[in-house]
Amino acid sequence: MSKYESVIGLEIHAQLLTESKIFCSCSTTFGNEPNRNICPVCTGQPGVLPVLNKKVVEFAIKTALALHCQIAPYSIFARKQYFYPDLPKDFQISQYELPLATNGYVEINVNGNTRCIRIHRIHLEEDAGKLVHAGSDRIQGSTYSLVDFNRTGVPLMEIVSEPDMATPEEARAYVQEIAALLKSLGVCDAKMEEGSLRCDGNVSIRPVGDKNLGTKTEVKNVNSTKALKDALDAEIVRQIKAVDAGERIIQETRHFNENTGQTISLRSKEEAHDYRYFPEPDLVPLEVSKEWIDEIKQGIGELPAEKIKRYVEQFGIKTEDVETILESPGMAEFFEGAIRLYGKPQIVANWLTGEISAYLNAKKLEIKNSKLKISTLVGMLALIDKGTISGKIAKEVIVKMLDTGKSAEEIVKESGATQISDEGELIKAIQEVIKNNPKPVQDYKDGKKASITFLVGQVMKVTKGRAKPDLVNKLLEKELS
Amino acid sequence: MALTIKDVEHVAKLARLGLSEEEKTTLVDQLSKIFGYMEVLNKIDTKGVLPTSHALPMKNVFRQDKAIPFNNTDEILANGPEVEKRMFKVPKILD
Amino acid sequence: MNELLIKPSHELHELLNKKEVSSSELTKLFFERVESVENKVKAFVTLTKEEAIKKAKAVDEKISKGEKIGPLEGIPIGLKDNLCTRGIKTTCSSKILANYLPPYNATVIEKIIAAGAVPVGKTNLDEFAMGSSTENSGFFTTKNPWNLETVPGGSSGGSAACVAASEAVLSLGSDTGGSIRQPASFCGVVGLKPTYGRVSRFGLIAFASSLDQIGPLTKDVTDAAILMNIIAGYDPKDSTSANVAVPDYTKALTGDIKSLKIGVVSDLMGKGIDNAVKDAIKAAIKKLEELGAVIEEVSMPSFEYALPCYYIIAPAEASSNLARYDAVKFGHRTPDPQDLLSMYYNSRREGFGPEVKRRIMIGTYVLSAGYYDAYYLKAMQVRTLIKQDFEKAFAKYDVLVSPTSPSVAFKAGEKTGDPLSMYLSDIATIPVNMAGIPAISLPCGFSNGLPIGLQIMGKVFDEEAILKTAYAYEQATEWNKQRPNL
Repeated sequence: MSKYESVIGLEIHAQLLTESKIFCSCSTTFGNEPNRNICPVCTGQPGVLPVLNKKVVEFAIKTALALHCQIAPYSIFARKQYFYPDLPKDFQISQYELPLATNGYVEINVNGNTRCIRIHRIHLEEDAGKLVHAGSDRIQGSTYSLVDFNRTGVPLMEIVSEPDMATPEEARAYVQEIAALLKSLGVCDAKMEEGSLRCDGNVSIRPVGDKNLGTKTEVKNVNSTKALKDALDAEIVRQIKAVDAGERIIQETRHFNENTGQTISLRSKEEAHDYRYFPEPDLVPLEVSKEWIDEIKQGIGELPAEKIKRYVEQFGIKTEDVETILESPGMAEFFEGAIRLYGKPQIVANWLTGEISAYLNAKKLEIKNSKLKISTLVGMLALIDKGTISGKIAKEVIVKMLDTGKSAEEIVKESGATQISDEGELIKAIQEVIKNNPKPVQDYKDGKKASITFLVGQVMKVTKGRAKPDLVNKLLEKELS
Repeated sequence: MALTIKDVEHVAKLARLGLSEEEKTTLVDQLSKIFGYMEVLNKIDTKGVLPTSHALPMKNVFRQDKAIPFNNTDEILANGPEVEKRMFKVPKILD
Repeated sequence: MNELLIKPSHELHELLNKKEVSSSELTKLFFERVESVENKVKAFVTLTKEEAIKKAKAVDEKISKGEKIGPLEGIPIGLKDNLCTRGIKTTCSSKILANYLPPYNATVIEKIIAAGAVPVGKTNLDEFAMGSSTENSGFFTTKNPWNLETVPGGSSGGSAACVAASEAVLSLGSDTGGSIRQPASFCGVVGLKPTYGRVSRFGLIAFASSLDQIGPLTKDVTDAAILMNIIAGYDPKDSTSANVAVPDYTKALTGDIKSLKIGVVSDLMGKGIDNAVKDAIKAAIKKLEELGAVIEEVSMPSFEYALPCYYIIAPAEASSNLARYDAVKFGHRTPDPQDLLSMYYNSRREGFGPEVKRRIMIGTYVLSAGYYDAYYLKAMQVRTLIKQDFEKAFAKYDVLVSPTSPSVAFKAGEKTGDPLSMYLSDIATIPVNMAGIPAISLPCGFSNGLPIGLQIMGKVFDEEAILKTAYAYEQATEWNKQRPNL
């Protein structure tokens, strides 16, 4: 990227993990048949009134605290008015002037550099319903649409950043950081692919060194952090090309098409929106006292950034490993439990971030729902230490443990996969290898000492990895001398 | 203050309100009169006066986070002008 | 006319208790009355005879078993058709909701059901409660039982007329800018608008959310207190309902108003008020003085601005509240819409009447980009000044009095061509809604055979003071005993 630099700000919508919707008692669970989690309130029947879910406010305060925001002592809800079939009242209850929290920040790490991204505001609102387009999988070309209000009224928290990100990599890191934070706070499961965390990017370009912001476009329809990065990359390239060709960037919303890797203008015929915001008369103002904030503060556990710092300092493990551990729900508790029993943090971390994570990811499992227990993992590590099994064998054993829930000892016993400690048995194997490999044996005897490595490998092969390499080495040297 | 037919058309569009030409003309006249009458408000000095959006001062009214299913969802669907597969059917959405 | 038809509920309650009449007989009597006069009055959009007969029978069984019955048990009641009744058509007198069957009951309806009252039917109103005459009903105009050429007032015209015409013993209405008090005044009955937040709005089809309040229309002040006892109280389903204790309102009916301080709002006794009305109010004030009250004049300078202020705030909220009538989930849908936008435009064009359209236009305009501060914000600031005027006055006076309406009932069609002159008929009632305070209207005289209403306004949550004052006045006069000759 030559003479231009990009400026990116993000709007994140997070569905909050409450049991009921934001303004009514309908369940927020997914997967029910259409229009099952609905009631007069969330379908906007004539005469209904909203009542605010207290937990929604607490979750937002929690998040605001974690993002170092100022929590407004007085905030209000407003109606954002526009007509759309997925919006039953044809207005969305949101916050406009006087949002719940403002002026925060979060630190992100990109390529070893720490950057501080400022948070502009956090506010609460209600989610819209879902449209199913018939005759096509999208609006274009569909002959009619069907509306399902199950999702209507699910609480949403909108986190708006300042335009503080300079690259799509930073934008991606920011979303990952926010997602990890929301997960660790337990306020959102932050699954972009399922839509429980949604992200729109505002992006503009300007000549390097210019202080003024260029005209921004809003990039929508990204459902992974990778897609976000790709979309922003594509949009920046498009803007640079356009400006270089002497065109003017117009402020608009652009959809990212994952198949083509391009952003496309929505070319809405609708004039600029006029949302006609006004204070929601059916809801009373929200006053958050210092006492309430303190109470919530006490309920917040260690935040991801704090945990990373502690793990690195206290356990001396690699930052990337801590991040992997924190990404997976329940793994940090598992990690700390294993260390209490076993010690050796880096070894535990290696196993958790390696074989175990690979297995869990492939099966879409969380560690607490898997068959692996802290005690069985520690049991397996002890078998390696005692030399009963090799590290290589252990990689097979752990998969069986995850599959069956059995202990390492049981699995090893059943498969006979213990290491060969009987020297007589090993010597038999070594003699066989010497017999079958006259050339390397001759090389060794001629002084090419390195060829012993090959012979050790052959012994390991014959013994199916059940031999201890250093013992094999010692016995081979003896046999060849 | 006098409204124009364009103002009326713009506002009607925001409100998704279909109006006949006759209705538009009548509204230009009536709304101009009504907004003219409202100009009396300019006489009153409201500098520094806090706005009242609620009749009574109230704050912090909440529900506890408890899911209670509504059992008459079929009665909600029964009011739908057109319902298909338990969903409300709407005609083609042009953007 | 059978004299049972003119009795207030507390007298009928005695008769039910003494088994001098059964609820079934009473219900039958009222439906006979409906059959004989409804073609003239046209108070009801929907009659619920079958359900009423069933309910009455259940009450009679209770009585025959010697069980105690509540004050409204077995009493025929009319319900304004903007109160949601589960499975019973609730139209708001709008074509857009002509076939709407609510999937739930309004909280007041639940309370009325629990109290054992017997709903006669759903009463006519100005479409979405927007109007002062019921001429804006999407279906038909209700007639004033005192003179069928005149309007019953509005928007709760059906609720007022059905009580005046003895088609129901009492009724529920709603009041956003005078919609209970002005028709009560026009029809010669008692109408009370409670403090904002006193009665749950859950299930009241919203017109202007920050002003709407449900209240009783009755034959006398005692009935208003009894009905208030049933409907008042905190509702967790309404965030704006007040969590304050509700007194027994009948206890306020002592008849004693000695040394009560009454302020007469001078701004509502001057120009724009008919002389006959002024004279009747002056006579009423004199009567109150005779009863021992201390009378003084008080000026409320902000009242001059209340009306324009109201016609910004109420339409703004209404334009938003009425957006949901979009033909997606309920209500009228234009036949064979080509696309979504044309469905919106045509369904709303066909479903809404001219006054509703007018207010949606006003409300949308004042909230639209560039106009918010000049209109909506300004109106909310003026609202603060109106509230402050009331606070100042109530620091000195227990209650305030004024005419309810500048005139007696006007002729049908007289004001339909000029919306502004129609709006002006709410001049005395609107400030009350802006401030959220309670007020009652009760009969205080006649002009050309048409009733005149006295408005008594009280402090926030002090419905007792206005009921007490109204009761003392009622006891000392005979106005409420007058019945129209149909």
